[in-house]
Amino acid sequence: MNMPPSGLPALPRKLYARRPDIFPRAIDGFFRRLKWVVMAVTLAIYYVTPWLRWNRGAYAPDQAVLVDLAHRRFYFFSIEIWPHEFYYVAGLLVMAGIGLFLVTSTVGRAWCGYACPQTVWTDLFLHVERAIDGDRNAQLRLKKAPWTASKIGRRVLKHGSWLFIGLVTGGAWVFYFADAPTLAHDLVTGEAAHVAYATIAILTATTYIFGGFMREQVCLYMCPWPRIQGAMLDERSLIVTYKDWRGEPRSHGVKRSDESGDCIDCQACVQVCPVGIDIRNGAQFACITCALCIDACDQMMDKVGRPRGLIDYATLEDCKAEAAGAAPVPVTRTLFRPRTLAYFAVWSAVGLAMVFALGARARLDLTTAHDRNPLWVQLSGGDVRNAYTVKIRNMESRPRTLRLAIEGLEQGVMWDSLSDATAAGRMMTVSVAPDQVEAHRIYVRAPGRGPATEDFHFIIAAADGSSDSARDEARFDRPEMQP
Amino acid sequence: MTDRKIDEATGVPTMGHEWDGIEELDNPMPRWWLWTFYATIVFAVGYCIAYPAIPLLERATAGTLGWSSHRQLAEEMAKGQAAHASTLAALAKVDIATLDPKSPLMQAAVEGGRAAFKINCAACHGAGAAGTRGYPNLNDDDWLWGGSRAEIHETLMHGIRQPGNDATRMSQMPAFGRDGILKPEEIQAVVSFVRAASHQETVGGSARRGAALYAANCAMCHGTDAKGGRAFGAPNLTDAIWLYGGDREALTATVTNARYGVMPAWNKTLDAATLNMLTAYVHSLGGGE
Ligand code: SF4
Ligand code: SF4
Repeated sequence: MNMPPSGLPALPRKLYARRPDIFPRAIDGFFRRLKWVVMAVTLAIYYVTPWLRWNRGAYAPDQAVLVDLAHRRFYFFSIEIWPHEFYYVAGLLVMAGIGLFLVTSTVGRAWCGYACPQTVWTDLFLHVERAIDGDRNAQLRLKKAPWTASKIGRRVLKHGSWLFIGLVTGGAWVFYFADAPTLAHDLVTGEAAHVAYATIAILTATTYIFGGFMREQVCLYMCPWPRIQGAMLDERSLIVTYKDWRGEPRSHGVKRSDESGDCIDCQACVQVCPVGIDIRNGAQFACITCALCIDACDQMMDKVGRPRGLIDYATLEDCKAEAAGAAPVPVTRTLFRPRTLAYFAVWSAVGLAMVFALGARARLDLTTAHDRNPLWVQLSGGDVRNAYTVKIRNMESRPRTLRLAIEGLEQGVMWDSLSDATAAGRMMTVSVAPDQVEAHRIYVRAPGRGPATEDFHFIIAAADGSSDSARDEARFDRPEMQP
Repeated sequence: MTDRKIDEATGVPTMGHEWDGIEELDNPMPRWWLWTFYATIVFAVGYCIAYPAIPLLERATAGTLGWSSHRQLAEEMAKGQAAHASTLAALAKVDIATLDPKSPLMQAAVEGGRAAFKINCAACHGAGAAGTRGYPNLNDDDWLWGGSRAEIHETLMHGIRQPGNDATRMSQMPAFGRDGILKPEEIQAVVSFVRAASHQETVGGSARRGAALYAANCAMCHGTDAKGGRAFGAPNLTDAIWLYGGDREALTATVTNARYGVMPAWNKTLDAATLNMLTAYVHSLGGGE
């Protein structure tokens, strides 16, 4: 980073800067182990989910989570979403947004540090790199080393492994959009759709480039969250902080004196940082709050026999208080405060509303569209006929027999365009295939004498014993009465 | 430029503007960004060479790939035609009068007919086939020449009153007034009779006088019961549908001067498949018999 400490002359001005290589050092500690757990859980969810089965009966796919673009259905365990119910997805996005407010206002950029896919895969790539090239110092040496057979071998192995991870990642993504076992078979035998291969190729490439090369640059330059998350923080949010009032002035190894602060300037916190920053310069937007520097510094404090927590999670408010000599505030006070509780209340309310709406939603529906051209047809017998397109939605995974009837329009009778007018009546039976929208062209005939427009309803009711029903308003038009 | 100050903490010059106390550092851009930028320039140049891009007076530069939107359209159209070829071939051969109304081929015929109707028929019968004065409504259940699929097909093939076509539909109504067959008051009596027959008027003396005139002059074509005769294309005079209007004035004009509707014989301009599709569509409008 082109950021010399104050007092030094500015670096020569360049318009464009090369990305400095960052070789984060391996570290162990509480937060590192937490990151392992989060990584294992998130990756497991990602890779395993498409393979879970869920029995929906004979007429629907048995994949637990499936985005069926071809048939415009989204399956999530026992929930099936139709395109017109997409507001549930909007609701989920609202919850994700408020959830992010909640998390950020309480524990800072925890999303960035632990759960963000960019962080998780970069972490994975870093581990692979260390497994092949060794830790930080070995990597630095290897970078300067001449291109021997062993170096070339390691490089090939490393990029090969990265590409393999990329491939498996892209491969896992497409399984969400088709029956996973079938698609896996088709992919191997070369029978899958072109779009599947193209998607895998693109995702392989992006995973490889983002995880292997761009890494923190994605967070710094491409991702909008750091800016937004920064705005959600307040002085009572937990963030990773270097306690300069305790650490300064820094001492160097043996040159410790009574005035020295606790920081021994060992650079451990800088070397483990995956973003390549020095947290001792203060809170900065590049920090993804992964807390690895806390682990590193705690190890150092243990070694030199000083209390842990020189770098620690703290709120800006606590920092001021602590610097002035007050005791640290318990974490619970930070977690439970009006702002976070308010976020939590809104978040829960949206969630509950969605659960309630899901439970109460109708699985049977009809919409009617009145023919406009012509609006009415004069029949030779003096009656008037109107035509409607009645769309019946059966959102259940079973075929249904339904009764379609007219409500209102006292002398009106109807028939289906596929049957003929002799079958006209006030009610007819229709059967709808499982999980389908079926359109029926319905003719309605009524005496020619009457008001120019008359409102009535089409209603459907289940004929299979259940109480499901739906209705939709329609209008019957007549020619204006002759004087 | 000279008034730009150096940020103390980082040693980086600022951009020289300030907003709410926040100043922007003039840090260099990342290098990959520059590469991406160059790549877009290279791409744009290549694109302009390969595809039509630079507008000239008459037309744009052609581009080395020879791509044009007109050619693309032609190709897509050819592809569409090819995709429909087998259906159209089947529709050209099928006997539309006996085709199962629920078969997929019939559904295809109706949809194809819908498009063909807009091109060929809508000018007279209207986009929704509801007709207008003098042009029959094809949605209703009243047919001059018959509403079965076979009859509709026949009408489409040979048209109405087409000279030089022996099979054309031909109706001949005498111009009773103009040709001096009936006197004006006799015409009024016939009109009264017709209006009474279609329940637009109560039967009075005029209508009773008209009945005898009707029997002598009109019953041959329109039938003794006035219910029309499809063999002659003679309309039913007792129903609620009037092609030229059922009021006194319109009826007087009709009886005085007669009416001669015409329709093209479409077998000269449309192929067998299209004729079948139009038949299917017109029949599907709700009035088909
Ligand atoms: S400064 Fe610390 S918490 Fe921030 S990114 Fe670096 S290691 Fe992670
Ligand atoms: S790890 Fe701790 S002791 Fe070492 S330089 Fe960083 S803050 Fe100072």
